[in-house]
Amino acid sequence: MTKKTDPRTAEPDAELDICDVVCPMTFVKAKVALDDLEVGQILAIRLNDGEPTENVPRSLKEDGHRVLKLTDNRDGTYRLLVKKAPDYF
Amino acid sequence: MSLTDRQLERYSRQIILKEIGPRGQKALLSARVLIIGAGGLGSPAAMYLAAAGVGTLGLTDGDAVDLTNLQRQILHATPDLGRPKTESALETLAALNPDVKVITNSVKASAENILELISGYDFIIDGTDNFSAKFLINDACVIGKKPFTHAGILRFSGQLMTYVPGAGPCYRCLFVAPPPPDTVPTCRQAGVIGALAGVIGCLEAMEAIKYLTGTGSLLTGSLLTYDALKTEFRKIAVPIRHNCAVCGKEPTIKTPTDYESAQCDVKF
Repeated sequence: MTKKTDPRTAEPDAELDICDVVCPMTFVKAKVALDDLEVGQILAIRLNDGEPTENVPRSLKEDGHRVLKLTDNRDGTYRLLVKKAPDYF
Repeated sequence: MSLTDRQLERYSRQIILKEIGPRGQKALLSARVLIIGAGGLGSPAAMYLAAAGVGTLGLTDGDAVDLTNLQRQILHATPDLGRPKTESALETLAALNPDVKVITNSVKASAENILELISGYDFIIDGTDNFSAKFLINDACVIGKKPFTHAGILRFSGQLMTYVPGAGPCYRCLFVAPPPPDTVPTCRQAGVIGALAGVIGCLEAMEAIKYLTGTGSLLTGSLLTYDALKTEFRKIAVPIRHNCAVCGKEPTIKTPTDYESAQCDVKF
C-alpha cells in the first residue's frame, strides 16, 4: 500500500484539462492520464462544473483511485486531485 | 505507443471498462490475430476484432463468395459474389476500422502451409467448417505453441473451446481423431442457421479479446455448447488426456497432417 497523503498539502505530479470534452471522453482522458502515472502519484484535473464534477470523481473511485480533493475554481470549473491506486484489476 | 484522440473516442466504451482500460486497448492495438476461414464464424469474429482495434488481423481463406454464403457470412455482400473471400473481407474490415492492418492469404490451410500461416500471430481463431481443418489447426497450434479457439456449428447447435499451450487440454484430448469421412454431415449437407454463426463467432472474438488483454478466464479445460432451439448453454469440463497424440507426454504427431474431409454426397 502507498503512504497516506494529506489532501491539504498534496502536490500533483501531472495536470490534465478535460474542460473541452464531454462524457464519456472526460473519464477516458482521466483514465489515460492516470495510466501514465506511477502508483501513488497525484493527478490534478481541471473539469467543468455540473455533470463532469458529479461523474468523473465517482468513476475514478469505482476504479479504485483515491479522490483527495475537489475545489471550486470560481470560474465554472473545478480542480480535482486524485491519487493513483495500485493495479486495480 | 500513445493513443490518439480519435482512438480514445473510437474505443472509449471499452477503455472505460476497468478490465480493459488504456493498457488493454494498447495491447489490442499491438496484437496480431489470425482467423482461418472468412466464412460464417470468421465473419463476426473478424468484424468484432477489427471494431475493437486489434492491430493486425490475418485472414486465410481460399474460397470465393457464393450466393449460399450470404445467409450467414456477414463480411461479404451481394456485389461480392464470385470475388475471393479474402478480398471482400479486406474491404469490409478496412472500411470498418482503418486502424487495423489486414493481411490476407487466399489459400486453403493445409499441412504444408499451416505452420507458416500461424507463425507470427499471438492468437488463432478456427473459423473453418470441417473436421479435417479443425484437427489440422489444433495440431499446428499445439506444435507451434499458439493459443487458439476452436468452434463448430451445425444446424441449431454450436460448440467452443480454447487451447492455451501448457494451460489445459487440446481439441484432440476431447476428440481423439477426425470421424471417418461421410459419417458426419457438414453445414452444406445439414444446414445451419446464420445467427448461430454470429453467436459462436462472437464468442470466439471474446476469447481472443480476453486472452490479449489478460482479463477474465478463458474456455481452457472446458467445452461450451449452445443449443439454439432450447436456448441452452452448457459448460462441460474437459480433462487433459495425458496420452494425447499431439499434446500428451509422448506425442506421436509431430507434424500437421491433412485428413480426408467428409464428402458432400451423403443423403439425409
